[in-house]
Amino acid sequence: MDAACDAVERATLAARDSYGKLLAILAARTRDIAAAEDALADAFAAAIAQWPRDGVPANPVGWLLTVARRSASHASARHHTADRNTAVVRMLEDERADATADDYGDDRLKLMFACTHPAIAADAQAPLMLQAVLGLDAARIAASFLVAPAAMGQRLVRAKRRIRDAGIAFTIPEMADIPQRLSAVLSAIYAAYGTAWDDVAGADPKLAGLADESIWLARLTVQLAPDQPEALGLLAMMLHCEARRLARRSPDGGFIALRNQDVTLWSREMIVEGEATLRAAAGAARPGRFQTEAAIQSLHAEQRMTGERLQAPLVRLYDLLSRFAPTTGVLVARAVTVAENGDTDAALSQLDAIGGAETYQPWWAARARILWLSGQASAAREAASRAAGLSSDNGIRRFLLTEGYRDG
Amino acid sequence: MHYMLLFNETPEELGKRSDPAQAEAYWGGWNAYMGALAQSGAMVSGNGLQPPEVTTTLRVENGTRHVVDGPFADTKEMLGGYVILDAPDLDAALEWAARAPCVTAGSVEIRPVLPPPAA
Repeated sequence: MDAACDAVERATLAARDSYGKLLAILAARTRDIAAAEDALADAFAAAIAQWPRDGVPANPVGWLLTVARRSASHASARHHTADRNTAVVRMLEDERADATADDYGDDRLKLMFACTHPAIAADAQAPLMLQAVLGLDAARIAASFLVAPAAMGQRLVRAKRRIRDAGIAFTIPEMADIPQRLSAVLSAIYAAYGTAWDDVAGADPKLAGLADESIWLARLTVQLAPDQPEALGLLAMMLHCEARRLARRSPDGGFIALRNQDVTLWSREMIVEGEATLRAAAGAARPGRFQTEAAIQSLHAEQRMTGERLQAPLVRLYDLLSRFAPTTGVLVARAVTVAENGDTDAALSQLDAIGGAETYQPWWAARARILWLSGQASAAREAASRAAGLSSDNGIRRFLLTEGYRDG
Repeated sequence: MHYMLLFNETPEELGKRSDPAQAEAYWGGWNAYMGALAQSGAMVSGNGLQPPEVTTTLRVENGTRHVVDGPFADTKEMLGGYVILDAPDLDAALEWAARAPCVTAGSVEIRPVLPPPAA
């Protein structure tokens, strides 16, 4: 009995991992993401009801696809729109019934480009891609874009309606349009990786595969647009960050700052690949946001592995990055780098110049570190306490309250 | 608009208050949280509460007072404290609820406060 439950659980997880692939396949013909999501939800509900009773099918993902298609065709029959009916019927005829894991890279990419069509509101493109391709929920996506979940939900609904009503095609754009359309794709992948990165504690099982998934999407994008240095830059940056995954937390979940990580726990393989990818990007001599982010991570790695102080070049890279992407996160990180380079006064005035960071946890954590470096121990403690109060992660809260910002 | 956050804690979580090895981290987390709330201007009022063992529950049936030692409901989670905060919407209130130290060892209930009746 337990074995049966276990099998169901494993199959369900495997199916969940394929969410984006399934949605891409289902929506590719009808262009109706909302209807595809409904059909997929029906299929999952059917699986939860039937698998424990009848056993897990040999190909869980194929089973889900078949059931979802049946549900989609019933739903479309109920709608009585000849147009959508035709689309669903054609989809049923055209698509093979068995889904193997990696056959649908192109479908997912088409879905990504459909989500970044110029006819879709710019602020909805990346979130829509995260939801459609990776199956993240609106609240999750809202958090990574610093937007209220309700507003994000509305934004997504509107965008899906627009894809359907405007008849946006699920195709890979003409070569000439790729660079422009690509930047939205890259932003979405970056945001997805950021979401997985924040969940260092591994508290959210849905995010377990998100980091791998976003690296996979970045690789796919690089394959599609091998001459785009920013796509290479994004992949290089993610590989550098991912290489440190095991070193970022102590066994009891405590947060370990980059400067104190055990570098023997870093993945050499990923660092080597990240470096090679960054070199390939540099060959194009067209610098951009993601290449700069990758170069920053590369210097961090070199600094830790060689012991050479590279704070001054890091400051120059952050200056460059804040011209490409002057986001709150980037400006906060730049201030910390300036302080690590010895100029705490300039760092504090940079920090004070950042508006609207009142409840932004990283701003207070940065302030604690900078104040500590400037010799203001008690003010640093106050800022750290404020940062701890704004944190929703136990390990980080503990790090701040036990004065971890003082180390290194 | 005003929301009440009710902080429910598991017995293990409440036990940290009196465990010398864990009390400092426990109170440190709560002090930091309440401090950040107060300094952000969102806090209207709030308090931690003494543990369930010192609770007294009163009911009156047919004119007779029934005084009971302990909380009325014997649940897995106990009310450990509350705050009333001023937030523009539910999402902002949820944002604060997610930062409460007990959110991973208990739960946080978010209740909109009823506005006073119109005069």
